[in-house]
Amino acid sequence: MVIAKAPLADIWAWLDQVPDPEIPVISVVDLGIIRDVAYDGDTLVVAITPTYSGCPATSVIAIDIEAALRAKGVDDLRLETRISPAWTTDWLSDKGRAKLEAYGIAPPNPAGGPDRCPHCGGGDLERISQFGSTPCKAQWRCKSCLEPFDYFKCI
Amino acid sequence: MEKDQLFQYLLRFGDNTLVLGHRVSEWCGHAPVLEEDIALANTALDLIGQTQMWLGLAGEVEGKGRSADDLAMLRDAWDFRNVLLVEQPNGDFGQTLMRQFLFDLWHDLVLTELQNSAEPRIAEIAEKASKEVRYHLERSRDTVIGLGDGTAESHARMQAALDLLYPFVGEMSAPDEIDLAAHEAGIGPDLAEIDQRYRAALSDLMGEATLTLPADSFAHKGGKSGARHSEHLGHILTQMQWLQRAYPGAVW
Repeated sequence: MVIAKAPLADIWAWLDQVPDPEIPVISVVDLGIIRDVAYDGDTLVVAITPTYSGCPATSVIAIDIEAALRAKGVDDLRLETRISPAWTTDWLSDKGRAKLEAYGIAPPNPAGGPDRCPHCGGGDLERISQFGSTPCKAQWRCKSCLEPFDYFKCI
Repeated sequence: MEKDQLFQYLLRFGDNTLVLGHRVSEWCGHAPVLEEDIALANTALDLIGQTQMWLGLAGEVEGKGRSADDLAMLRDAWDFRNVLLVEQPNGDFGQTLMRQFLFDLWHDLVLTELQNSAEPRIAEIAEKASKEVRYHLERSRDTVIGLGDGTAESHARMQAALDLLYPFVGEMSAPDEIDLAAHEAGIGPDLAEIDQRYRAALSDLMGEATLTLPADSFAHKGGKSGARHSEHLGHILTQMQWLQRAYPGAVW
């Protein structure tokens, strides 16, 4: 029996439906952690890079990706971890950045801190902590609306 | 470099991050303020993540089928190769952050060099870990300056922490035959050169923190060779390895 291999564009589109387990408004594709999708013979190989080396979401993400692809009929599948080049927030998609901000998380910024408050757009901001609720975030506060917010660390 | 030497060399990096990661995780739920609690837990998490990479590679190099978990959970104290500094007790918050800074400064210098390692798998891990460690260093450096150049109380505690921990600094950059073999093979950095840069940076930063480096440069050694760990390591292992010892092979 010959099973048709799903086109790679479809695979990417399916992966773009898999949410990040910690920040469900963005997909694993938006996050920039899917480094490659290719066929090795009949086996689909998905290369994933971890955001932070100890991020507990990494194994959940691998399970979610496998489940999503199997649900689409991809049975011959291998996930690979690729640590180099190391993940950088430069790989976040523009769509992902916009979704983060709409969700209340300030997107990463090379200046080392957020541009504006994701709630009110104010620019008078202060850092509360270099770390936050997940390894990829820090805590900031807006001095205009007084709301605290998460900032996606720029690395 | 002999295979066993490379294995030992990798254990040093993995055991440093494992033991320090465990130590820092002991703060979880106990830090003075919530933001610091989260920062400490995140730092511990990064270090444990790095441990998986280092000990995973160590197990591969050893070639006896031992996983990162096997190496972390089923070795006894004499087989650990971490430096003595990272197994020292947490003490107060200042002592924990001083220990973190003294290690982060060295860790950052070494990881930067390891990115050019002739062993590509080491270079890859160093590239990944280096980004996280630079962030740790930024925080521990700022905190040590803030507390050192803070109130009379915080200054006194930071000076006491420095006096207590300084004798454990020398071991990190004192090369032994394994460090020399790694350098010779292009796998690891020249520790003597790291030592110079470390001491220059430390001296500058202690000036900013208004702290005084002890005059005596005596260094306790024996952690990275495994010859003489302090009594604290065994106590860490009783806690860290308890589950695997009590219920061998238990899985999540």
